[in-house]
Amino acid sequence: MNDDKLPDCCENADCCGNGEKKRQKKEVELTPYGRIRRKGKRERVSVPMPEQEPLVRAKNFDEVPLGYMAEMAMQEAQRCFQCKGERARCVPNCPVGINIPKFLDEVAEGDFQAAIMTVMEDNLLPAICGRVCPQEEQCQMECIGGKRGEPAMIGRLERFVADWYAVHGEKPEPMTPPEGAQKVAVVGSGPSGLTAAADLAKKGYDVTIFEALHRPGGVLVYGIPEFRLPKRIIDREVENIKLLGVKIYLNAMIGKLFTVDTLMNEKGFEAVYLGVGAGLPYMMNVAGKNLKGVYTANEFLSRVNLMKSYEFPKSPTPLKVGENVAVVGGGNVAMDSVRTALRIGAENVHLVYRRSEAEMPARNEEIHHAKEEGVQFHLLTNPVELIGDDDGHVRAVKCVKMELGEPDDSGRRRPVVIEGSEHELLADNFVFAIGQGPNPILPATTPGLKTDKWGCFLVDDSQMTSIPGVFAGGDITGGATVITAMGDGRTAANGIDRYLTARREEAEAVRQ
Amino acid sequence: MTDFLGTNFPILEAEVIGEDLTSYWIAAPDIVHAYGPGQFVIIRLDEEGERIPLTIVDVDRERGALQLIVQAVGRTTAQMALLKAGDTILDVVGPLGEAIPIEKKDDAFVIVGGGVGIAPIYPKAKALKDAGNRVITIIGARTKDLLMLVDAMEAVSDEFHLMTDDGSAGRKGLVTEPLDEVLGREGTVAEVIAVGPPIMMKFCTLTALEHDAPVLVSLNPIMIDGTGMCGGCRVSLGDEVKFACVDGPCFDGAKIDWEEMMTRLGAYKAEEKEAMDHWCRIRDGAAAEGKKA
Repeated sequence: MNDDKLPDCCENADCCGNGEKKRQKKEVELTPYGRIRRKGKRERVSVPMPEQEPLVRAKNFDEVPLGYMAEMAMQEAQRCFQCKGERARCVPNCPVGINIPKFLDEVAEGDFQAAIMTVMEDNLLPAICGRVCPQEEQCQMECIGGKRGEPAMIGRLERFVADWYAVHGEKPEPMTPPEGAQKVAVVGSGPSGLTAAADLAKKGYDVTIFEALHRPGGVLVYGIPEFRLPKRIIDREVENIKLLGVKIYLNAMIGKLFTVDTLMNEKGFEAVYLGVGAGLPYMMNVAGKNLKGVYTANEFLSRVNLMKSYEFPKSPTPLKVGENVAVVGGGNVAMDSVRTALRIGAENVHLVYRRSEAEMPARNEEIHHAKEEGVQFHLLTNPVELIGDDDGHVRAVKCVKMELGEPDDSGRRRPVVIEGSEHELLADNFVFAIGQGPNPILPATTPGLKTDKWGCFLVDDSQMTSIPGVFAGGDITGGATVITAMGDGRTAANGIDRYLTARREEAEAVRQ
Repeated sequence: MTDFLGTNFPILEAEVIGEDLTSYWIAAPDIVHAYGPGQFVIIRLDEEGERIPLTIVDVDRERGALQLIVQAVGRTTAQMALLKAGDTILDVVGPLGEAIPIEKKDDAFVIVGGGVGIAPIYPKAKALKDAGNRVITIIGARTKDLLMLVDAMEAVSDEFHLMTDDGSAGRKGLVTEPLDEVLGREGTVAEVIAVGPPIMMKFCTLTALEHDAPVLVSLNPIMIDGTGMCGGCRVSLGDEVKFACVDGPCFDGAKIDWEEMMTRLGAYKAEEKEAMDHWCRIRDGAAAEGKKA
């Protein structure tokens, strides 16, 4: 302890209470950004995050929200009540359990390096989660600030510290797996696979990720558009994971190039994590579904996001849209599709959804953004037929109006057709965004892998499938969001760790 | 974005074998290890590239190499025609699709290959022959310079018919003519397997059906990922929708909705030309720059 730094009020070092000293320090100490911590009343409303103007952004692929500046982040972080222990509801509401009060306190102090380290203890994809997590249903849902005003904007702050880290942060030294480490294969490089891989590498395993596409990131790359999650952000997070010693094998379709059995019995992997996503698009069984200009959302979005068709002809993969585009669905993928359609040049973009807005599964923010940008919502409306022109290209969509009846199994009111309500919407393109299911390749090539009636892999509490040593999580075990998929990845990494530890101990016992 | 495994596949050999036709041998040991006849790969030449499906023509298990035969018809295939031995292809993913079952049958197999479809049919003919089947082969093209693998095909055939539209090689006429004769003569056959342009496969199917012969065709629709994720390659088989990339690429020709299939194949004709023109301007510009230097 350096006596020179003690406050003047201290007669001697022994009588100076630590709390007193701390408070004193906070009142006088300037942060690197020149702000004094926690002065005055807590604001009830959050610091707004700047974003691109709706009509400007609807014509470009740049990110919509622009992110906080350092001062804004500190000001927002000071709104946190610093609830202690069980009263901090944000922590259990985060699927990966980030120590949110601690990281917000560090942001408020202007110590962004400490803040990002706190976040990254539990989440290695903070720039992604800060952008695409539904915080309003998770960490921010039960925030005490939300009771009489707005909750602390945890997602925006997570995004801020992650972006700050990319530019200013101190990066760790690259790691390599320890000699003789047990090998684990992670299949799929989406949010679930990346999380499992990172956790396992940190636990000292030799991890290889197998990705079927030519770029790592899974749905983050092919599904979520640039304006919501720029690809450079994903590349950055992937690089962070590679620093942990994780190897990434691209162009590897497991089930085709290697089977799960090959990985375990020929390639020396002692455990496998299947985070392969929902690789099978659903379409409605309506006449005209195979007309030209009719897409699944997966194809529509992959052409734009993965293959960059908005740069056509420089990028040789085209996506032709006409003046009018119609999208059916009410989830985030539907919102991504309508907003993408605007950006590649459609003038009239129609969103068709058979229930009302209240039942839409999409995040409020996405619905709000789509409306602001000029998407026309046709609620309580359902397509019944796609009508083609002489050239076999879709021209219009025939719809019916619906009304809400009694609640169905999902608890949402069941839509019922109103007789005589047929009408046509002009549509030069039509996109099915009504969900996706499990790709059948892995079950077909992996004997003993048990699935439910929808084809989702059955797993136990540790995410282990019906095959010992083979774990699964994310969309392939049932519908998931980015963060719940990450939560599965974490649970599986813990499960794999326990499984491999037991194996290791068994092997040692045999040797002795 | 560096040091990923499973990228940068070396071209071991590149040989011009006809008009705008090049044969490549590419080192891809893992793919070769998993390969079965009828399967394909998707390639992407470089960071800017599109993904295109190509049938694996043959494999050399000793070298861990696979053979592709490519006709320069669009932007990517024209760009690929410039590649030489020693160059690399950034991405090769496979083997995709289902391999065709290879069984010994009492009746003969009739193999029909048209134009660039001769390449994908060769591995099937070879595998059937190796399994001890009697193989009757019919190959054809518009003109002599568009034929390929003539000697290789003849070598795996018990009976061999060569056709050109203009009579510049073999007999003058369409492949459906000898197909009709062979089926009439044989009475029953194990299967007709036809690969080529859609219109040729459609008429081979119709000819086979006249003789009540089962017919298998290999489709090459528009595809993005090749893993069953996008649905761009969907085809109607009766009331069912199938994905060529995972359920195919080989299907029962009798069930295919050919009109729909051909319409969908032409969805991007204008864009394909635009992409080709764009790339040719860049290539020619680069060539002119090179001359100046």
